[in-house]
Amino acid sequence: MLILKRMFPVIALVVPLIIVVFVIDQFGTGNMQRVSTEALVRLVFAVGLYMFVGNSGILSFGHMTFCAVAAYASAWQTCCSMMKPTIMSGLPAFVRDNTFPLIPSALTSVGLAGAVALVSGLVLMRLSFFSASISTLALLVIMNVVFANWTTVTMGNSTIVGLPVYVTIWGALAATVVVIVLAYLFQNSRWGLMLRATREEEVAAQASGVSLYWSRFIAFTLSGFVAGLAGVLFAHFMGTVSLSNFFLNHTFIIVAMLVIGGMHSLAGVVVGVALISAVTEVLRQAEAGYSIGGLSFAVPPGTQELVLAVTMLLILIFRKDGIMGGKEFRWPWPARSDRLAIEERKVASVQRSS
Amino acid sequence: MTHFIQVLIDAVAIGSLYALVALAIGLVFGVMRLINFAQGDYITIGAYSLVVPSAAATPALMFGALPWPAMILCVILTVVVLALVTERLAFRPLRNSDLTSLLISSFAVSYFLQSLILMVHGGRPKTVSIGDALSRAVEIFGVRLPGVQLLTMVVALTLLIVLVLFLKKTPIGIQLRAAAEDFQMARLLGVPANRVIAIAFAISGILGGTISLLVIIQTGTLDIRMGLMPTIFAFFATVIGGMGSLPGAVVGGYIMGILSVLLQAYLPAELRPFRDAGVFSIVILILLVRPQGIFAKTAKERV
Repeated sequence: MLILKRMFPVIALVVPLIIVVFVIDQFGTGNMQRVSTEALVRLVFAVGLYMFVGNSGILSFGHMTFCAVAAYASAWQTCCSMMKPTIMSGLPAFVRDNTFPLIPSALTSVGLAGAVALVSGLVLMRLSFFSASISTLALLVIMNVVFANWTTVTMGNSTIVGLPVYVTIWGALAATVVVIVLAYLFQNSRWGLMLRATREEEVAAQASGVSLYWSRFIAFTLSGFVAGLAGVLFAHFMGTVSLSNFFLNHTFIIVAMLVIGGMHSLAGVVVGVALISAVTEVLRQAEAGYSIGGLSFAVPPGTQELVLAVTMLLILIFRKDGIMGGKEFRWPWPARSDRLAIEERKVASVQRSS
Repeated sequence: MTHFIQVLIDAVAIGSLYALVALAIGLVFGVMRLINFAQGDYITIGAYSLVVPSAAATPALMFGALPWPAMILCVILTVVVLALVTERLAFRPLRNSDLTSLLISSFAVSYFLQSLILMVHGGRPKTVSIGDALSRAVEIFGVRLPGVQLLTMVVALTLLIVLVLFLKKTPIGIQLRAAAEDFQMARLLGVPANRVIAIAFAISGILGGTISLLVIIQTGTLDIRMGLMPTIFAFFATVIGGMGSLPGAVVGGYIMGILSVLLQAYLPAELRPFRDAGVFSIVILILLVRPQGIFAKTAKERV
């Protein structure tokens, strides 16, 4: 019972996800399954990004870097054994001439992404709040330039095709659940709470003995691993790896999801990703054209993007903390002492706002 | 020796361009604590206003067909209006938000504008030729100077001087600098917030329009992301110059220009495509040594 209560915020997220996936798996069309799988992979990335951005308050533009590193690493190990020696001739011989089993190569790819996050975190997290945020953009540019021009290894801007496709909707769901639990445990751990304290009040947190550097660095590294996992899943969901998928546009979509759901809580991330994925899919089909009662109509292409950007701005202006308002789903039947605490908190917040 | 001078001139030309963008970003950051991602799209839209919206690869000219003084005026006016509209609709309601929300909002505005261009003009790159006469090279003391570079330098330096005079000598300019230094204090002393911020955006629009013309004369291609890289360079120019310092932004712009030209000139040929990665790595190193930037105001904000 106690553990049920304590883990309720996670259960309240995971159980609906499982139900939705079950329903779609049983009754949904092929396209619906595809879209949901992609949404789940996005959710893995979004949760990874949230572990750093949500807890530290520092916006990162750079997490696509780790996603890309892992996706490419997995492609190097598992892709197209026949073609590899010619199209990716610059790879070290043992990678070039061998094809590795899927699970170990997924693990090493995630590890590599995490290692890149660790090394860049050592440097970037030394910077102050704002410089750190902007410098993650530099990280993204560096990755993009290197991958676009290191053609003997990455095939530059061309797409690598022929990766084994093994990510099903259930596989993506399993990864999502693991990542959500991990993120929840992290945000309630000692380091997670310290990091959240720095988000609320940098100076006071420092005065209480919290190290800005270490708390941020740990979150950055961890979220790098999770972003890497998302990269591997994405590569083996699409079966292709293309550099253009790992730049600002996709970063923007994920950030928009975080903002709309509310990026200060795990529930916000899940709600944001689910909602926006559904809405964009509806709009995408509307762009392709609907026919209702013999009348066919279509919205002009690009509507998706405009709607997303406007929604995000409206949320920022009118409901800054997103749909979930920075809250988790709480155990709905609090004990008496908890109820008192909640009442007190309410009174305090009323006093503060008046 | 001539090679070195050539490199130096390249550096100054590209540095001036970055300095202008950095100045636009620095001004807006100063009064509003907003890093304006949309600056890149101001530049892009300014350039696209030269042509009639269509899907063609070599579209008919719109403002580009006008005689050049009218063309310059129309392009700059378009961008100024755009900058003011984004300020009024998106950034003003968020004026009192935290830094991260502001940054995200400009990210959203930028994405919105980019999608709008995509919708109106289509995604394919287009060619447009204005100012062909300028692509001829001029030779001075054995150094070849492409006309465009000369133009960029002259325009940038003129604009910088005009801006400095404006900021130092006119009442509005002084209010602007005061606001950039300490916005709250300036307001308390009677500086009208709305006007100062609007003027900062208008100037960033003027600079954006000018830059878009300079870039177009140089490259002759319209592309949805044409404004992005100069803007990212300018971000780091303002960061290494010291956020909120206007001279810092200009110096930062020149540092970025010089860095990228030096790497371009002296890296071994096979590493040259990786130039930008080198530039940004060096920038991060500079930030490690001087996290507050070169012209930073002293120490941290007080509690």
